[in-house]
Amino acid sequence: MSVVIEQPNQPRSRKSAQWEKRAWVFMRVSGLLLIFLILGHLMVNLVLPERGVKSIDFAFVAGKWASPFWQVYDGIMLWLALIHGTNGMRTLVNDYSEREWVRKTLNVSLWVVATALIILGTLVITTFDPCIDPDVETYLPNVCKP
Amino acid sequence: MAKRPAGTLYRGKIGMWSWVLHRITGVGIYFFLLVHILDTALVRVSPEAYNSVMHVYKTPIVGVAEIGLVGAILFHGFNGIRVVLIDYWRKGSKYQNQMFWVVLAIFVILMAAWIPRQLMHTFGE
Repeated sequence: MSVVIEQPNQPRSRKSAQWEKRAWVFMRVSGLLLIFLILGHLMVNLVLPERGVKSIDFAFVAGKWASPFWQVYDGIMLWLALIHGTNGMRTLVNDYSEREWVRKTLNVSLWVVATALIILGTLVITTFDPCIDPDVETYLPNVCKP
Repeated sequence: MAKRPAGTLYRGKIGMWSWVLHRITGVGIYFFLLVHILDTALVRVSPEAYNSVMHVYKTPIVGVAEIGLVGAILFHGFNGIRVVLIDYWRKGSKYQNQMFWVVLAIFVILMAAWIPRQLMHTFGE
């Protein structure tokens, strides 16, 4: 079945209209927050360290995630960015897919991927042990050194 | 031949092309985000696994590609503010053209500051 384009003046069910409006507002609110979160993320990881991207290794990340501030920061960024990105992709899929089953399959895949990565990312941030390998000095952030 | 509509908010000229760029940069950032969550998740596998994937980010090719990534993020972010202003500011749609040039100016300034720094890190030492 090909995709049926709704008449613009065709009344939607109240529930689906509200859901779409919430998604629309979410894109704007999360987008504005993500500008600050991502610019901060780029500054702290790529611009401010003396050696830029070359400063980043396990000890660098462990040093950040030893602090609840960065755990919460990265957690919020993970959730907002994935939901914002997935909803944006859903918009494109709805615009460009011509067959109904393709559209449905792509949209379901998008949310499956998003859910899996949100669970994975949240688990990684919350269960992470910065002092994982006390025998290897170079893996340790300063907080773990005796 | 019928005169083509142009210069309205979403059809023709800047309104349309900024919309196209917003979509293209959005898709690019989305796929990078998927990869970036997976590579960062390697910190939970082992320090060796994480350090070896981070090594890829420090190669010249990825270092230069990252300039494109940051460019896409900057354009998408600041054009996103423009979209919010078009939607919520009373005069937003009237000034959408001018706002695009402001977005572009901010983009050029930040890229001019960022590109040399990234090239120094990528090719230095």
